[in-house]
Amino acid sequence: MIPAPFDYKRASSAEEAIALVGEYGDEAKFLAGGHSLLPLMKLRLAQPAVLVDIARITDLSYIRDAGDHIAIGALTRHMDVEKSPIVLQHAPLLANAASHVGDPQVRHRGTIGGSIAHADSASDLPATTLALGATYVVQGPNGVREIPANEFYVGFLESALAPDEMLTEIRVPKMNGATWGFQKFNRRAQDWAIVGVAAWKRGTESGVALVNMGSVPVLATSVAQAIASGASISEAAELAAAEAEPQSDLNASAEYRVHLAKVLVRRALESTNA
Amino acid sequence: MKVTITVNGQTHESDIEPRTLLVQYVRDTLGLTGTNIGCDTSSCGACSLHVNGESVKSCTMLAAQADGCEVTTIEGLAKDGVMHPMQTAFMENHGLQCGYCTPGMVMASISLLKENPNPTEEEVRIGLEGNLCRCTGYHNIVKSVLAAAQAK
Amino acid sequence: MGGSILGNRVLRKEDPKFLTTGGKYVDDLLDEPLLQNAVHVTYARSSVAHGRILSIDASDAASMPGVIAVFTGADLDLQPMPSAFNPAATRTLLAMDKVRFVGEPLAIIVSETREQGEDASEAIIVDYDVLEAFVDVEQAMASSTLLYDACGSNVVFDTTALGMPDNTGDDFFAGCEVVVKGRYINQRVAPCPLEVRGAAAAWGPDGRLTQWLSTQHAQGAPGPIATANGVDVSQVRVKTPDVGGGFGAKIGTYPEDLLLGVVAKRVGRPVRWRETRSESMVGLGHGRAQLQYITIGGSRDGKVTHYQFHAIQDSGAWVDMGTILAPFMTRPMSSGVYDIPNIECRTTSVVTNTTPTVAYRGAGRPEATAAIERAMDMFAAEIGMDAAEVRRINLIPKFMEPHTTAIGGKYDVGDYEESLNRALEASDYAGWRKKQAERRANNDPKQIGIGVSVYVEITGGVGTGESAKVEVLEDGSARVYTGTSPHGQGHDTSWSMLASEQTGIPMDKIELVWGDTDLVPVGSGTMGSRSLQQGGNAVYSVAGTLAEKAKSVAARLLEANEADIVLDKDKGVFHVAGTPAVSKTWAELAIAEKATGGLVHSDIIGVVGPTFPFGAHVGIVEVDTETGKVVHIAHYACDDAGTVLNPMLLEGQIHGGVAQGAAQALMEEVRYDEDGNPITSNLADYAFISAAELPSVHVIHMETPTPNNLIGAKGIGESGTIGSTPALQSAVIDAVSHLGVRHIDMPTTAERVWSAIQQTR
Repeated sequence: MIPAPFDYKRASSAEEAIALVGEYGDEAKFLAGGHSLLPLMKLRLAQPAVLVDIARITDLSYIRDAGDHIAIGALTRHMDVEKSPIVLQHAPLLANAASHVGDPQVRHRGTIGGSIAHADSASDLPATTLALGATYVVQGPNGVREIPANEFYVGFLESALAPDEMLTEIRVPKMNGATWGFQKFNRRAQDWAIVGVAAWKRGTESGVALVNMGSVPVLATSVAQAIASGASISEAAELAAAEAEPQSDLNASAEYRVHLAKVLVRRALESTNA
Repeated sequence: MKVTITVNGQTHESDIEPRTLLVQYVRDTLGLTGTNIGCDTSSCGACSLHVNGESVKSCTMLAAQADGCEVTTIEGLAKDGVMHPMQTAFMENHGLQCGYCTPGMVMASISLLKENPNPTEEEVRIGLEGNLCRCTGYHNIVKSVLAAAQAK
Repeated sequence: MGGSILGNRVLRKEDPKFLTTGGKYVDDLLDEPLLQNAVHVTYARSSVAHGRILSIDASDAASMPGVIAVFTGADLDLQPMPSAFNPAATRTLLAMDKVRFVGEPLAIIVSETREQGEDASEAIIVDYDVLEAFVDVEQAMASSTLLYDACGSNVVFDTTALGMPDNTGDDFFAGCEVVVKGRYINQRVAPCPLEVRGAAAAWGPDGRLTQWLSTQHAQGAPGPIATANGVDVSQVRVKTPDVGGGFGAKIGTYPEDLLLGVVAKRVGRPVRWRETRSESMVGLGHGRAQLQYITIGGSRDGKVTHYQFHAIQDSGAWVDMGTILAPFMTRPMSSGVYDIPNIECRTTSVVTNTTPTVAYRGAGRPEATAAIERAMDMFAAEIGMDAAEVRRINLIPKFMEPHTTAIGGKYDVGDYEESLNRALEASDYAGWRKKQAERRANNDPKQIGIGVSVYVEITGGVGTGESAKVEVLEDGSARVYTGTSPHGQGHDTSWSMLASEQTGIPMDKIELVWGDTDLVPVGSGTMGSRSLQQGGNAVYSVAGTLAEKAKSVAARLLEANEADIVLDKDKGVFHVAGTPAVSKTWAELAIAEKATGGLVHSDIIGVVGPTFPFGAHVGIVEVDTETGKVVHIAHYACDDAGTVLNPMLLEGQIHGGVAQGAAQALMEEVRYDEDGNPITSNLADYAFISAAELPSVHVIHMETPTPNNLIGAKGIGESGTIGSTPALQSAVIDAVSHLGVRHIDMPTTAERVWSAIQQTR
C-alpha cells in the first residue's frame, strides 16, 4: 500500500517550513519522522497534496538543561529522548514513556514533536508531557507563542496549533525528588496502549495523565486534588476516570477502560521509581 | 524528484515519484529484493533495513527522506563472501524457516545489539517487538541473537 | 564406516541464500524473461458483506493514468462454478450477481504500475442492494435469507446427510453420575503467512501458460487454472518460487490466482499480482471458526464413559476446504487420547458472510483436541479432581498395534501416558502446583495457572504416497525431485540427508527440484504434516533403489558379480567386496549410463496409511487478577513424531506450532462488526503474536516410530499447535479457578479474564 500522490517540499529552517505551509494552506502537512502521518497516508485515511519535510531542520533536534526545565527540540527522536542523560536525570518519566513508543525502528525515526502535534490521545507522549505540566513552544508566521500542555489538546487528533504553526520545542519542568510511574497496558508490546498512565508524586504534589481514555489525553485533576488534600493513593486512584470519557472499541469496552485506569493510576502512583 | 542515496556502499542518483517508499526504492528501483514487504501498517518489520546505521521500517519512510543517507540492506551485510556474525548466528541456531521475515529480523537484531551489546533474553524479546515471524515461534531467533552477542 | 547422518542436527543448506540475498519469492522475479514488460493486476473488492450488485461503474477507473483495462465478471463472461463439496453452491470468480463477504473480488484493474492500480481501485463505484449479513453461524442456520439459494439452507454440509448417526441428546447420558455441558467457541483466526498471496502469469510463444504461484501444492493448481482459462491441463505449467509460509491457507488456488491467465490473454502481456496485507486479511482463507456444544458424562471416581459433541463449522462465504474439516478431521479425532466407550459426534457446516475458511495449521484436529480437553477439564473441576489425574485415568493404554476408538478413529501406535509423564516431570508439575498454592494462600494479585493437555492427531491424511525421482549426473552430483513443496520446513536439507544416506553422495552435491509441474508432474504438496512420512519416505526409497540399480552398472564396469558389489557410502564409490582399491564413482556410472537414459530412478511410493503423532503439553501462565492480563511464562512440550530425521528441524516445527497455538489461546481473533465489516483487517488491529508475548519452549523428546512407512516418521508440522492451545486456555482458567471461574472462551484476552472474575463476584 502506498500513499496517494503528493508534492514534496523540504524546508531547511522553521521559517521556511512555515512559509511553505502558509503557501499551500490546508492541503499541506508537516512531515517530521513520518511515523504518525505516513501510516495514515498509506491507508489513504490522509491525503495531503503537499508534504513539507521538516526533518532536516537540524537545529530543532536538541535536549538542553534550561535551569528549572529541560528544553527538547521538537524534532528530537524518541530514541534520543529515551537515552538522554539530561532527560533521565530530570524527567525520567518522560524517558521511560519514550522507551514505550512503538518499537525500536519507530523510535529511530519518530519524533517527540511529531507525536505531540499529531495529538493522538492513544499516544504515550502527549499524556506524559501533560502529566509533567509541559509547555509547548510553537512558531507561526507572526512569531513564537507558548501553549501549556493542558490547553493544547482540543479534540480527536486536534490541537491548538493553527495550520501554519509549527511545534518547535517542548519544555518539561524538572521533576527532581519525585517518584514516578508509567503504566502502559496493551495486548502486544508494539501496540498502542489500551489504557496508559503517566504519573509523578512529590509529597502531596502530583501529576497524573491518561492515555487513550477519550478523544484527548486526559489530565486526571481529581486524583491530584485528592492527593493534595491528603487522600491515600488507593482512595485517589478511585477517581482516575473522573475527567475521562473513554470509548469502547476493538480492544476494550469503556467500562473496562475505567477499571484499568483506576488500577493503573494506583500502580503508577505507588511506584517507587525516583 | 531527484534523490541521491548510498545503498550498500554504492551511491545511486535516481528520479522518483515523491510518494515512493524507501522499500519500493530498494526493491523496484534498485532491484534489491532481499528486503520484503509484509504489511501495510508498520507492524511486521519485514522491511527493516538500516539508515545511517540504525534499523528503520522502510515501508514507513519515503525514499525522499533518505536522500543523502547511507542505507544498508541484507544484501550489504556479508563482506567478501563472509557472512556477518548475525547471519552466521541465525544459520547455526536455525533462526529462520520460510525466510520471509529473516532479512528484516537480521537487520533489526544487528541494530538491537549495537544499542545493547549484552542483552538478556527478555531484552531481546522486547527489542524485537516490531518484527513478526510466523514460522519459528521466535525461540530460535532469540537464541540466535543471544548467540551473536556472545560471539562478539 | 562412519555413522548415519540421519537423526543428526544438520544445519540447513538453504539458509545462506535466505540470509544473504533473501529468498526469491513471487514478487522478486524481476529477471524472469517471460515476465518482462509485465503489467500489474489489482482487484477491486466488495465493501459490503452481503448484497446484490446493482451496478459496477468502472468508467472513471478505466480512464486513470496508467490503466490499461478494467474487467468485470460480465466483461470476461465468467460462468458459475460449483463447489467441490456442495455442487448446489455456485459462484463466479468475480462476484457478478451477489457479493457474500467484504473483500470478495468483483473487478480487475490492469495497470502499468502497481501504484496506478491501487489509485484506480478507489475509483470503481459499486451500487448494492444490501442484504442481511450473517457473522454468527446460529443466526445463519435459523434464517431464511440464504447466501446460496440453490442450497435451500445456509447449512451446506452435515454428517447426518452423509448417513452418519445424529446425536441423541440428553438420553445418551442416562445412568451417568456426573454430566457436564459446555458451549465453546473455537474462534476464527487468520493464518498470516509473512508473505501474502502473489502470482504471475505469462503465455509463452508455444501457446502454453506459465503461472508462478506462492503455493503449498503446485500440482494441485494446473487443473483449476486450465479450467478457468479454458485450455487443456497440459497447456499449463505452474512454477513455485520460494514461498514465505503457508500454514494451510496456500494449499488451494483462489479466484485471484485463477484469473491471471485470462487477463494476460486479454491484454496480450504477462501479468503480476501481489495483494496487500489488508487484502490478505480478508482474501486469504481463515482458519478454525467452530462453535462447539459438548456434553461429557461419567462417574465420580473420574472415569469418563460418555461424550457427545456437536461441531458447528463456520464455512465463511464459500463452501471451501473449511467446510469439510469438521466432518473428516474433527469428528474422527473427537475421542482424543481417551478410552471413552460411548461417543456421538455430529458436525454441521454453515455459510456466513465472512471470509471463507480453509485449512490452517492443524485443520480440524486442534478443534477436536480443544473440545475434548476443555471437556476433560470441566469434568475434573466438577468432581474436584486434578486435571492431570483425570486424564491419566482415562488415557488409552499403550498400544503398538492399531487401536480403534468408539467414534472410528484408527490410531497407529501410542503411549500417551508416557508422554504425559515426561511432560509433567520435565515441567516440575508438582513444583508449579506448589507455587500456585502459595500465591493463592497469599491472595497474590498475580496468580499462577497451569494447563495440561494430552493430544493425538492425524498426519499424512492427505495422499497415500508421494512421487520421487533421483538422478545422478555425470559430475557425480545428484538431483532429487519431490512432489512435496517446502515453505520453511527445510526439505532441501532433509531430502538431501535422506538421499545422501542411501547413496553416499555428499549433501552439498544434491540439488532439490520441486514445485515445477513440468519437472515434477505428480505430487500432493506439503500439507497435513505429510512431507517426511510420504515425500521423504519416497526419496529414501527411490534413492535406495537407485543405489541398488547402480550396483548392476558397477558390476558391469568392474566385470564382477552384482551380488559382490558394495557401495562405500563414506566415499560414494562402488567396489567389489574386499577389494576397495578398484572402484567406480557415481560420476563414472552416470557417464556409463548416459547412452541408455542416464542413472535415474523414479517411482511413486505408497505408505500404509496416516500416522497419529501424540504428546502432552504443560503451559504456565501468570494472570494479573486485577486487570485480567495473561502472561505466558513457561511452556513444556513433549511431542512424539516417531523417528526423528533432524532434531533441529523438529524443534523448529514445535516452537512455531506452540507460538501459533499460544496465539489462538491467548491473543488472536478475526472479528467482524454486526454488519459483517472486518475490524481486524491489518496487523495493527489483528493481534499477531510477537516475541515479546512468548517464552522460550522446553522441548521434551520422545520417539515412538510408526510402522506405516520406511522411516518410522510421523508428522510434526502441526502437533505443537494442537497441544499448546488447550494447555494454555486451560492454564488461564486454572489461574482463576479458585475464584470460581469455570470457563473462558479463546482468546483469553485481559478483558475476558477480568469479566469472568467479575461475574463470580
